Order: sequence, then C-alpha cells, then structure tokens
Amino acid sequence: MSAVEHTERHDEGAGHTEHAEHEHTHPSDFQYVMIAVFLAVVTGAEVGLYYIEGLDFLVLSTVLIVLMVVKFVTVAGFFMHLRFDSKLFRRIFITGIVLATFVYLVLLSSFHVFIH
Amino acid sequence: MTDVAVHHDPQPGEHGWTQTGVSNEKLGMWVFLGSECLLFGGLISTYMLYKNTALEGPRPADLYDIPFTSVSSFVLLMSSMTMVLALSAIQRGDHQRCRVWLVTTALLGATFISGQVYEFTGFVKHGMGYTTNTAGSAFYTLTGFHGVHVSLGIVMLMSLFMMSLRGRLSQERSEVVEIVGLYWHFVDVVWILIFTVVYLIP
Repeated sequence: MSAVEHTERHDEGAGHTEHAEHEHTHPSDFQYVMIAVFLAVVTGAEVGLYYIEGLDFLVLSTVLIVLMVVKFVTVAGFFMHLRFDSKLFRRIFITGIVLATFVYLVLLSSFHVFIH
Repeated sequence: MTDVAVHHDPQPGEHGWTQTGVSNEKLGMWVFLGSECLLFGGLISTYMLYKNTALEGPRPADLYDIPFTSVSSFVLLMSSMTMVLALSAIQRGDHQRCRVWLVTTALLGATFISGQVYEFTGFVKHGMGYTTNTAGSAFYTLTGFHGVHVSLGIVMLMSLFMMSLRGRLSQERSEVVEIVGLYWHFVDVVWILIFTVVYLIP
C-alpha cells in the first residue's frame, strides 16, 4: 500500500482502524534509532558550522536555518507520525506554524529587525 | 495490510466513533500544539527583537557555552527517540520495555533541565540576572517557558510510568502514550528552533 493510499484510508477510517494500521506502517525500532542518528549528525553539522571562522553571516544563517528545518520536519514527520497519520492533524499543525511565522515576521519587520 | 479490512469501523453510536474519523483526544492535542506554535513564536520573536538591546550588563550571546548547550540539545533529541520507542513497545504489548523507555525519557528530560539550571546559574554569576537588561529578560522568559514545558512533560511521563506499574496502561490504551509523546516531541522541535535561532545564529 502506498503512503498516499494509506493516508486516504486514514481519513476515511475511524479511531480503532487507525491503531491497527499504525502497527504495520510506522517505522521499526531500528529505523527510529537510525532517524535519531541522522538527527544527531545534523546537530553535529550545525555546531561544526558555528565554529567555522570567516563564514559570511548570510550563508551561515541560511545553512543553519535549512538544517533546522530538516530536523524539524524529520521529528514531526517520523517521531510525531505526521507522515503516516490523518491529514487533518497535519493541516492543524501546519496552520499553527504558518500563522505564527506570518504574524511574527510581520511584527519583526514592523520593528525593522531585519534591516538593522 | 490485509488485516485492515478485518477491523470493523465504529459506526455512529458505537464506542470509538467520532465525527471526524480520528480520535478526539489526539485531535485535541494537535489543536493545543498548533496554538503552542503561536506562544513560542511570540517568545522567540521577542528575544530576536531585544537580543542586542542590553544597556547594561552582559548580553546572553556574550555568555553562551555552545559545547555545553550542544550536549543538552543532543540529550533532548535522544529523549525523543526513547519516547517513540516507548510507544512502539506498548503498541506491541511489551509493557516492561515501555516502562524502561518511559523512565529513560524522563531521565533524559531531567538531565536537560539540570543543564538549563546550571546554565542559568552561570549566567547569574556572570552578572546577567532576569532584570539586568531586556535581552536577558527575553532570554530567560523564552528558555524558562521551554523548561517549564519539559518539566510538565517529565510529570506526564512519570504518571504514565506509575499507571503502567499499576496495570492501568493496557495495549488498547496505547493512545495515551502516543498523546503524551506528541507533547514531548513538540517540546523537542521547539528546542530545535531555539537552539538554532537563539544560540547558533550570531
């Protein structure tokens, strides 16, 4: 069953069915450990970048933010099961993130934070 | 995947049926986490606004100990892994292993909080109290709020552990572990943001 098919079934199904599907579609314990190793490596890369001298601020900030987003998506997608769960949960969480990002970017822009 | 068809979808009026087709408790937790994005967004923005506005005393950025905070971040990341392993264990019906992972997660969380207390103590000794300057106030408020969330998570984890010991956490009720896990992972993703935006970006 593809991931798309699986998600569609989730949307149609109810609570009990979800539990049964989870056991078969969630990553195995070994895969969870591998995901944690990946996150640790990315964190190591972030800290390593911090210590590179002479790196342009814009380049450093951009790479750090990209790595941060990679870690965020990995934890939310695999550990919080957003990749496998109902689309409804994903929509609710993404709405919160988008709303917060938009509101506070506007706020910080109005204080000229990014200009200084 | 064939056993999916074997399970009976609850019908209206039956136990487990919901209008949305998903668990109400889990939906409630996701709505709460969505609203928490706005809380932490506000705190992070406030820190960004005030981080360079120290009229007196050191700024937080002058006192950061990046290697120490990196280890703390690593500890919290690993606690997310142990949390998901606890959920995986109870979904298999392995209660013994679930308890081990729950306690490990709580211990890793406690290690993180201890590190935060140590960090705050060091900052105060270096002359940056809560009211020394606006940058310090914004920093303590942000990281302190996060620390309170981690502490509440530890209380939830220990409650699950006690429930499991008393035999009140069956395999059928594994969703309770999943919901606490969602909260715990959220606390972890917030720290991912704080670590980069507050500590690493100059």
